[in-house]
This record gives sequence, C-alpha cells and structure tokens, in this order.
Amino acid sequence: MHIPDGFLDPKIWVGASALSAGALAAAVSNTRKVLEDRQVPALGVMAAFIFAAQMINFPVAGGTSGHLLGGALAAILLGPWSAGLILTTVLVIQMLFFYDGGLTALGANVLNMAVIAPWVAYGAYRLVGGLFKGNAGRTVATFLAAWLSVMAAALACSLEIAFSGTVPLAVVLPAMLGWHALIGIGEGLITVVVVSFVSRLWGLEQTGQKSYAGGAQ
Amino acid sequence: MNRKNLIWGLLVALAIAAFLSPFASPSPDGLERVAEDKGFLHLAEGKELFHALMPDYVFPGIASEGLATSLAGLVGTLLVFGAMYLLSRVFVRPKGNAGKGRS
Repeated sequence: MHIPDGFLDPKIWVGASALSAGALAAAVSNTRKVLEDRQVPALGVMAAFIFAAQMINFPVAGGTSGHLLGGALAAILLGPWSAGLILTTVLVIQMLFFYDGGLTALGANVLNMAVIAPWVAYGAYRLVGGLFKGNAGRTVATFLAAWLSVMAAALACSLEIAFSGTVPLAVVLPAMLGWHALIGIGEGLITVVVVSFVSRLWGLEQTGQKSYAGGAQ
Repeated sequence: MNRKNLIWGLLVALAIAAFLSPFASPSPDGLERVAEDKGFLHLAEGKELFHALMPDYVFPGIASEGLATSLAGLVGTLLVFGAMYLLSRVFVRPKGNAGKGRS
C-alpha cells in the first residue's frame, strides 16, 4: 500500500508529514523511557524481518497481490511505540534505496503503516484479548488486530488520495477496502503464526519479564 | 530474547529475502490494482524525484532477474537491520541495563 509520488497533493502530504513527525517524536521519547539496552537488537531483527516479509507478495484473487505490512506483528510483540520506529525505518529504506513509496508521500505512508496500523492493532489486541482468555483468545485477538490494522491503513490511504482530489472517495474507498479485506486475511494468518512462535520462544526465557506479547493486560 | 535467537531471527529474515523474494507474486498490490482499475495509475508515472539504487527491488548489473531480486533483498534486509540497530542505539539512547554488560 506504498503511495507513490503523484497521488497526493501538497496540502495532504505536508499535513500527513506533520502528523507523522509528531507521532515519531512521541515514539522516540516514549521508547527512550522504556527501551532497555538488550532490546535494541530485537528492534533491528524485527525491522529486518518485516522488510524481508514485505518483499513476498502473495496472490489474493483476480490478479492482485498483497504482502505483510507488519504493523500488527511489531505492535503485539514490541509495543506500538517501538513498532512505529521499526516501520518508519523500513519505509525510509524502501523509499531511499528501492523507490517503493514516493519521497513526497513518505509522511503519508509513515502515518498509514507506521502509526495508524500499529496503534489500531495494539488497541484491538488489548480489547479483544481482554474479552477472551487463553491461547484461543490470544489467537483470535492477534488475527483480528492484524486484519483491522490493514483495513485502517487502507481507509487512511483512501482518504488521503480522495482528499487530494485524485479520485472521488466513493470510488476509491470501496475498492481499497474490498481488496484489503482479502489481503488482511493473509496479514492475520502470518501474524498469528509468527506471534505464537516468537512468544513461545520468549515465554521460555523471559518468564516474569515485561513483554507486550502473552497477554500483558 | 538471547543472542542466539536474535541471530536466528536475522538469518530467517535474510533467508526469506534471498530465497523467497524471486517467487513473490508479480501481480499489482491492492493500491496499485485500485489505481489501475480506477484510472489514476498514470499520475505516478515519470514522477521519480531522484534515482534510487535498486528500483523495483532489482540489484543493478545482474543479468538474472531472480538473482538480482535476491541480492536486492539481502542488501535491503542488512540495511534495515543496520539502520534500526544504529538508530535505537544512538537516537533512542536506551538506559543501561543495571550494570550488566552490553549483549
């Protein structure tokens, strides 16, 4: 869902960049408070994994593909603040070296995929995880969080494109949400598998330590 | 999370980038598909503001397309790991871990 240059008008990309800059500043100051030395490599590995996974487009239907966004994955395992920094790093490298996502659209892409997606995922994960206990509950919460994070990012992306005057909202929104409802299923499945695998590893070594995974509620 | 698991995690990421990326679906993604169907994809054409090193995840100067994609994936994964590691080390400046050495 990387927006290229040319889809957004200046008022939208400047506005989105300002919002993203504010969110990043908050993420840096919050992460600075909670991040411990030994967690630094984990952020690097998560960012590397998400970059690699984003390269693997899977077919969904009718000649369309999707790939993992990773906002939910990072938010559930490392918290929404760290997730924002991780996804931003991925998006900046993708833009600078691969021209995936435009230079002027970077702020909007950060807003959609590094801010909105992780926070929606985190909120949904905490909410649904609080309703259902146990492993099955956590799986349902993870899947829903991932699916919703993709839908929320697609919604934001549609609004930005529509308010730029590129295409009417009534045209772009149903199309975007329709495709991303399918892509979100892939996001949900991959996120469930990776979260359950990683939290099992962490469960073995980090008993009693603060972790966002494993029902910190 | 111990060092062994982190190294494994990085190796998994590198393996995905190297071995799976050539088999990724070449179909347009959700946004690209919508732009195509709704007739605004042309707005993105010719709008490049600078020359990226590996546009479309293709490492330059490699004849084999699969190999060029794999290499771009490997380089990108290492770049992202390095950038994130340095950023969180320097920029976020985590507090020390109660006298424990860095791991």
